[in-house]
Amino acid sequence: MSAAHRCRPPRALAGLFVWRLRNAGVRQIPYRFVHIYHIANARLITFQYFNFLKRMYVTQYNEDLSQRAKPKSDSIVSPFHELQQLDQEKKVVHKISPVSPVHQSWSETSSRNELREMKSAAETEDSVIPVGAESKEDRQWKEMKLQLDDLPGILARLSKIKLTALVVSTASAGFAMAPVPFELTCFLLASLGTGLASCAANSINQFFEVPFDSNMNRTKNRPLVRGQISPLLTVCFAASCGVPGIALLTLGVNPLTGALGAFNIFLYTCCYTPLKRMSIANTWVGAVVGAIPPIMGWTAATGSLDAGALLLGGILYSWQFPHFNALSWGLREDYSRGGYCMMSVTHPGLCRRVALRHCLALIGLSTVAPVLDITTWTFPVISLPINLYISYLGFRFYRDADRSSSRKLFFCSLWHLPMLLLVMFTCKKSVLEKEDKGDLLGRSRERAVEIRLP
Amino acid sequence: PPAHSHSDWIGPPDKLSNLRPIIFYVPAEESALERRLREARQEAQASNQRFWARHNLAFRQEKEEFIYSRLKAKGLEMRDESGQKATLNAEEMADFYKDFLSKNLKKHLQYNRDWYKRNFRITFLMGQVALVRALRWLRRRKKNVEQ
Repeated sequence: MSAAHRCRPPRALAGLFVWRLRNAGVRQIPYRFVHIYHIANARLITFQYFNFLKRMYVTQYNEDLSQRAKPKSDSIVSPFHELQQLDQEKKVVHKISPVSPVHQSWSETSSRNELREMKSAAETEDSVIPVGAESKEDRQWKEMKLQLDDLPGILARLSKIKLTALVVSTASAGFAMAPVPFELTCFLLASLGTGLASCAANSINQFFEVPFDSNMNRTKNRPLVRGQISPLLTVCFAASCGVPGIALLTLGVNPLTGALGAFNIFLYTCCYTPLKRMSIANTWVGAVVGAIPPIMGWTAATGSLDAGALLLGGILYSWQFPHFNALSWGLREDYSRGGYCMMSVTHPGLCRRVALRHCLALIGLSTVAPVLDITTWTFPVISLPINLYISYLGFRFYRDADRSSSRKLFFCSLWHLPMLLLVMFTCKKSVLEKEDKGDLLGRSRERAVEIRLP
Repeated sequence: PPAHSHSDWIGPPDKLSNLRPIIFYVPAEESALERRLREARQEAQASNQRFWARHNLAFRQEKEEFIYSRLKAKGLEMRDESGQKATLNAEEMADFYKDFLSKNLKKHLQYNRDWYKRNFRITFLMGQVALVRALRWLRRRKKNVEQ
């Protein structure tokens, strides 16, 4: 693991997911989908891009179980994390706390799948060594001096770089869906700005949550918790990412996108993060945080908030609920002890109802897309199977309310979103088509503009 | 931590509070500002440690009591035939988690306010100390250049 961190980030990412691909023995299904789409889809660039994202999804959930994919800086997200981590956590937790009846019950009631995964995780050398190394390192006293070699890795973990990458990808999906000709510079500037803003928000979130993160299993290895970086440096890093990011968006793209980015950072750090410990309303705020990036992508392309932007935002807003509610179902103990107010702990019935409601809403929203002229009518038809599948899993989660149904729903949500966005993009109403239709109108508008200009 | 070290040292997580203790380095010529910073950090550490140790212990104890009372209600013993500790499944534990969270909510709200205040204060002091040190270093460099 440390060797991977010393590499430059892109190589590290590539190295990490190749390493993880070897371990993802059980996750065969997403690869099949990838192959089908490879044959069916001619748009190579977007495909590769989404393929990479899909792989990141697949490999990402082999790392930690509870990070939220879309909201900036983890709400949840986190947040979004996986089974291998869960395995490692179990081993570490067994060492730390003498009370382990709950964990025993986990292993007793685990499904065959889980057992297989645990075995495969335990068998591979790679997973065993990190656990051993981590616990040995954990027991030592470490000097609190900033090691410059480790700095890239530390900053990557501080900014939750994988979550940031997913946020940027939803923003670029928003950009791609906008009914305007594609501009590369605008696209790159928007993506970079969004990424920087997301890094800033994630860092501030970690800065606020140090004692809570130390007490929760999935977050206890964060840089601030381990003392690898000081709070001052964290704030400086956040400022040095956030200010240029928002400036880039405001000046390089347009002020609306910049304003949305700044608002999202504020919403995440000053509303969602404190609200997590005060009321269950945090989930809804977090869903908005996750819905804003695609809106930002759209406004970056078009410069205005159209119905299409709101629809994309709505789709991502609805997606957050099955994703996060399913995830939080398995973390109830940690949330309860850590003092986090989550629906899964305080209002479990509501938790499941909301997840199901929003799965169904996704079907509805997909049907609205062609009405707003964003996609052709093939989109609701093609997306119906995957939307029905996630709704079915949502219904199972609602009815059974157990660990296996929550995990099925969570893992489904991980591939459902990229696939939905991909299908949406392939069904996008071509700009040329629209130009033909609006040509007469356009010509008259042009004449009007010419008259106005001196 | 070794005696010659000039930095703080952070240790493994505490068994009860899960927080990592820090041993602070006290330099020979510590300015008043630096001392304020160190004391603020020590106070925060102590306060956090107290809170979480007590909180986690209470959680563990109440959880044991809950499991015991539920098992008794079901007519089972704490340990079954094989000698393993009997456990409740996640759904039954959910009632306990809900209860525990609502009971401790007020305590958490108070702690949150406290923690945020401390965190901001410490970070602000760190900023001041860093600024003073940077100015001092610049002044020293200027002196060296002049000499």
